[in-house]
Amino acid sequence: MKKLEGKAWKFGADIDTDAIIPARYLNTSDPAELAKHCMEDADPAFPAKVQPGDIIVADKNFGCGSSREHAPIAIKAAGVSCVVAATFARIFYRNAFNIGLLIFESPEAAAGIAEGDRVAVDVESGVITNLTRGEEYRATAVPPFMQQIIAAGGLINYVAERVKK
Amino acid sequence: MPMTITEKILADHAGKDMVKPGELINVRVDLALGNDITAPVAIREFERIGVATVWDRDRVALVPDHFVPNKDIKSAEQAKMLKEFARKHQLTNYFEVGRMGIEHCLLPEQGLVGPGDLVIGADSHTCTYGGLGAFSTGVGSTDLAAAMALGETWLKVPESIKFIYKGELKPWVSGKDLILHTIGDIGVDGALYQAMEFTGPVIEALDMDGRLTMCNMAVEAGAKNGIIAPDEITRRYVEGRAKREYVFYNSDSDAAYAAVYEYDVSQIEPQIAFPHLPSNTRPVSQSTGVSLDQVVIGSCTNGRMEDLRVAAGLLKGRKISDQVRLIVIPGTQEIYLQAMREGLIEIFINAGGAFSTPTCGPCLGGHMGILAPGEKCLATTNRNFVGRMGHPESEVYLASPAVAAASAVLGRIAHPEEVA
Repeated sequence: MKKLEGKAWKFGADIDTDAIIPARYLNTSDPAELAKHCMEDADPAFPAKVQPGDIIVADKNFGCGSSREHAPIAIKAAGVSCVVAATFARIFYRNAFNIGLLIFESPEAAAGIAEGDRVAVDVESGVITNLTRGEEYRATAVPPFMQQIIAAGGLINYVAERVKK
Repeated sequence: MPMTITEKILADHAGKDMVKPGELINVRVDLALGNDITAPVAIREFERIGVATVWDRDRVALVPDHFVPNKDIKSAEQAKMLKEFARKHQLTNYFEVGRMGIEHCLLPEQGLVGPGDLVIGADSHTCTYGGLGAFSTGVGSTDLAAAMALGETWLKVPESIKFIYKGELKPWVSGKDLILHTIGDIGVDGALYQAMEFTGPVIEALDMDGRLTMCNMAVEAGAKNGIIAPDEITRRYVEGRAKREYVFYNSDSDAAYAAVYEYDVSQIEPQIAFPHLPSNTRPVSQSTGVSLDQVVIGSCTNGRMEDLRVAAGLLKGRKISDQVRLIVIPGTQEIYLQAMREGLIEIFINAGGAFSTPTCGPCLGGHMGILAPGEKCLATTNRNFVGRMGHPESEVYLASPAVAAASAVLGRIAHPEEVA
């Protein structure tokens, strides 16, 4: 069973996609380039300090605003293992599943986790463990159809399988 | 079982008699749309699927509009990907600079979207077409890629929220003010995953440009779509434009809503959304202390003919403040031409403003009006997030074209009646 573990970086409510990846960098869709500016307008130091496996934890409506898939691509390419938020904006939610960025909706976790906490996430069960505080939270269950997309390795692989049949 | 207009359109496109909120459905898509930022990613993903070509070359629209006319070499490379893909797959609806417009102004104008359609676009403001009585929603590039291959997509049926607008509009209050007021009331996630259905006598009397403006900003409340029941105003707009057959759907009178909001518009004055959220609204009378460096009139929200007419009406025979740059951007080439015929461009230029070719440009901080640290801009656009129009320490205030024109004259946020 896949388990993620990393340090939590905490963000507030309504983090928009312009904060995640400003449009001034959207003249490219190269993941490595986008990663260099990930979360820059929310925290300019973030791209320098984030380590592979780290976890973004945010309050409600994470990823609101534009439909740019560059936002989850930047987060994934920055090495972030998953995003935990109280709620996600609609298009960001779809995009994350489609490109294979793991996201977990959990208001309790968003409230309970502080910046710098060590956090472990059990991908299948959606159990989020705060190793620093010894607390456990549950993520909202993912609909079975979206689990199929994840299992296929993203929407394109899922569609490619369908097209072959 | 009674259904809302959104549910009826989704049910028909899913080949079902009925659908219920929360249900996951596979739907037929009438048109799939991408732009110069989102389509390059979609094209790369499309090529991994393993199909020879798109599902229907008449139903994939590519509109380079964000960074065009190309602002730099990288943007040129992205736009070139669209052109080459359009050529390779013989897409009928590719729009080159000179023939293009801002996607959400262009597609309704060209009759490429119509009432009863189901449209997905890799641009969050795709929800605009709800103004025509269509279901339309923004998706990401990968969803667009899948739709380009299959002609279908999956959706979760949203709950609907009904917004009823009653009473008499005060002078200078427009569709933009109604939607800003509504977002200010319910918040930037007030309609998360839901459909916003705009109804009531005020909406029934609102012109098509105002309806498109309102539905355009539904996404700023987190909504999946905004929608307005089609009527005579809709019929007049689509007649002579529609390239395909269209269907008028209406909500059943006993359809179920997750919530109902009712507004007495006679209490609403022109609205300003302060930095850095579209929900951070105040009446203009409480906002007049803010001095400005730039005013932008345009975008998929307010770059239509009626918007330019209202702004020009206020600027006619006047000069804008020495403190301010005014940038006016028509939504399409047709709007550009019409503005020229009506003498509006001359009014903007004589007032001291700049008039540009159609582009999303400054709205998303792309080009054609980027802000320096500390600069403040009042714009008729749709977002005022940190860094949206340039430097992270710049500020964007959202308002209607009338407020924008008056503010350009006085060099500070102003009520239109101050200059009218």
